[in-house]
Amino acid sequence: MNTFGIPELGRFFVLASVAFASMGAVTGLAAGARRSLQGWRWAKSLALGFAGSMIAANLLMIWALISHDFSVLYVAKVGSLSTPLYFTIVSLWASLDGSILFWGGILGVYVGAFALIEGDRRREYTPWALGVLLAVCVFFAMLVASVADPFARVTPIPPDGPGPNPLLQNHWLMAVHPPFLYLGFVGMVVPFAMGCASLLAGRLESGWLAPLRRWFLVPYAFLTVAIMLGGWWSYEVLGWGGYWAWDPVENASFMPWLTGTAFLHSVMVTQRRKRLKTWTLLLLFATFLLTLFGTFLTRSGVFNSVHSFTQSDIGPIFLGFIAVVFTATSVLVAVRESVLESEAPAGEDWLTRRVGKVHPLSRELYILAQNLTFTVFTMVVLLGTVFPLVMEAWDGTRLSVGQPFFDRFALPLGLMIVVLMGLGPALPWGRMKQSTATRRVLMPFIPAALLGAATLPFTEFSLITAQAITLCTWALWLNLAEYATPVRQRMTSQNEPVFTAATRAFLRARRRFGGHIAHTGIIVVVLGITASKGFQETSEVTLTPGQAVEVGGYEAVFTGAEEVMQDHRKSLVANVVVRHNGADLGVLQPALNYYPRQREPIPAPDVRAGFTHDYYLSLMAVAPDNSWVSLKVMRTPFVTWIWLGTLITAFGTLIALWPTRARARATAPSAQGAPA
Amino acid sequence: MSNQGPLLALGALLVGAGALAWVAMSSLEDNKVYYYSPTEVMEKQAVGTTVRLGGMVEAGSHHFDPAGPTLDFRVTDGQKSLAVHGTVAPPQMFREGIGVVIEGHLDDKGTFQAEQVLVKHDNEYKAPEDGQMPDIEATLADR
Repeated sequence: MNTFGIPELGRFFVLASVAFASMGAVTGLAAGARRSLQGWRWAKSLALGFAGSMIAANLLMIWALISHDFSVLYVAKVGSLSTPLYFTIVSLWASLDGSILFWGGILGVYVGAFALIEGDRRREYTPWALGVLLAVCVFFAMLVASVADPFARVTPIPPDGPGPNPLLQNHWLMAVHPPFLYLGFVGMVVPFAMGCASLLAGRLESGWLAPLRRWFLVPYAFLTVAIMLGGWWSYEVLGWGGYWAWDPVENASFMPWLTGTAFLHSVMVTQRRKRLKTWTLLLLFATFLLTLFGTFLTRSGVFNSVHSFTQSDIGPIFLGFIAVVFTATSVLVAVRESVLESEAPAGEDWLTRRVGKVHPLSRELYILAQNLTFTVFTMVVLLGTVFPLVMEAWDGTRLSVGQPFFDRFALPLGLMIVVLMGLGPALPWGRMKQSTATRRVLMPFIPAALLGAATLPFTEFSLITAQAITLCTWALWLNLAEYATPVRQRMTSQNEPVFTAATRAFLRARRRFGGHIAHTGIIVVVLGITASKGFQETSEVTLTPGQAVEVGGYEAVFTGAEEVMQDHRKSLVANVVVRHNGADLGVLQPALNYYPRQREPIPAPDVRAGFTHDYYLSLMAVAPDNSWVSLKVMRTPFVTWIWLGTLITAFGTLIALWPTRARARATAPSAQGAPA
Repeated sequence: MSNQGPLLALGALLVGAGALAWVAMSSLEDNKVYYYSPTEVMEKQAVGTTVRLGGMVEAGSHHFDPAGPTLDFRVTDGQKSLAVHGTVAPPQMFREGIGVVIEGHLDDKGTFQAEQVLVKHDNEYKAPEDGQMPDIEATLADR
């Protein structure tokens, strides 16, 4: 049979990407070892070849989906003539094989961007980085070419397909959350490869750390937003009223964020002090390994959680790959670590060479403490996540680790993080005089504590809330002061008006201000979590028509349930008339959506979101004869602050990422005059 | 003196890590919830301990009174069945013969007191059989 269509062209692109990646990996590593200019150029071209063929394969699949070419296996699995165009396009990540292809496509974009932007610079590192990068690409391209082949030809060609997973069609967040998560997860491969390159090259200078940090910040910002979008989706769709359940799949995205945040802080010490090199690299490698591990948890179906609707036999393959990466990086670190640390002055002992001398009133100490806190947090989450798996594998005992386990650690660790977010930025590199520290750092604690105490009568004397408010206010104050001080200095010394001083101070130290903005966002998130977890009013009721329920000052009257037919689904809708403080809020319509060929309905809560609180109605069940409904009613304070705070943090990350005028920075004398 | 600082730091770190590991393991012990079948619940007779009970809703055994609301049914694993009582509405998919997971505890009268009743989800999205077309009506009629 001599047919040549999209399936064959797709396979060609995928196989081409395998070829480009494997040749490029060998060429890049060889060019690094032999310091060959020719090999380096070849590696760059092969990387671009990989990027081109992977991106082409993705575009081809999108075209196959749009044109409903059911001869392509993946289209036959998730396509449908009746699905709207928008859902047809996002079907690319509706199922396992498509999402692995999409994964490859994003990998292509990152690899292509890296080759184009960094490909001609820093010849002592770049060939190594390209080699490692493409070696990882070999694995993913092979995965697309073998177990997760989406381009297989289907014969005979079916006339129509089933359409994508209902969860994808049910809410717009499902179109946004996966790409953000993939952009976050996949992108970590670039800084990982750059870190490996520095070990292979046996050097790690600021000239390499600066771009490494930037390449890290891009996926980090995406990951930050993706975690929030996942929580928001859980809140908007799953109907239980919460946003975070310490579900293994949520933990899978949270762990690399934790180690990544630790990395972003320790890398500052490495850049400035030339210390903590190995530790910084370990955090970087842990972050990459945790993204792989997270992919394994979500994609292999080891957990039967809400996310694992795409299960297949890629689990063992992924676990094998994680083992290979873990072993390779461990060996690399063990063999080359001493080479990196040899830049430290001779005559110091093992620990001092790596950590340096640290004064109690210095930023370094609190960055170390931050690193320790985040590492402990990661360990706790990892323990709680894998413990049930280990137990089941050990003797078949089936158990789960309850939320209280995670909450018990998250609360003190979270408050610790807030404290460190205040102390770290407030203290300078090197050391601060004790009197200055008392005045600048300790004094603001008094008004913050007073404010915290003042909230007590309004919170039924919740000490933990007062603590959280005190610490958040204090940390926020210290971060704002860090911003205000240089502005005030400019105003007095340069005689600039407020606005000019603020803009110039900001432009001169974008990276630092980016950090303050990111901290502010996290503080907003912590306040949102404290309020929404501590002061949620909730009630689960069963109502017959005409019955009412009052929660948090909202009166809700159930008037009746009905079936509503829409083009791609059918909904059971409860009509609930809501009044708040005498004001009529109209009819809220929480629903249960039924999709073709899916037994379970998907909830669609009706949420009235507000700046101070949300009112949330979720339909849990409807009597077969519509004679009663069971509703979950909730008033949750400040839950929107969590989404907003995360966006502020992501914005701060972007500010920190935005290239500063590199030349201006290079020529300026090093700030603070701290000895390097 | 100069050599004792780092040693002390390392020692403190080790002690801290050990203490933390101990705290973590003991809170793990406090917060793990076992997953049992009705037979296992009856064997263990762990009255008062929160567990997850998994099984099937026994045919003809369930009764729901929306006025309470009170929900009573029996859950079975094919060998033994256990009476369950709760003051919650049954989830939308609840019906006889369906798999359920119930979080709660056994009381001293041998009834399982449910705090939460969940229908076991069939996570895998099923691709259609050949020639099968979407049939929402049938799905809805089934509720």
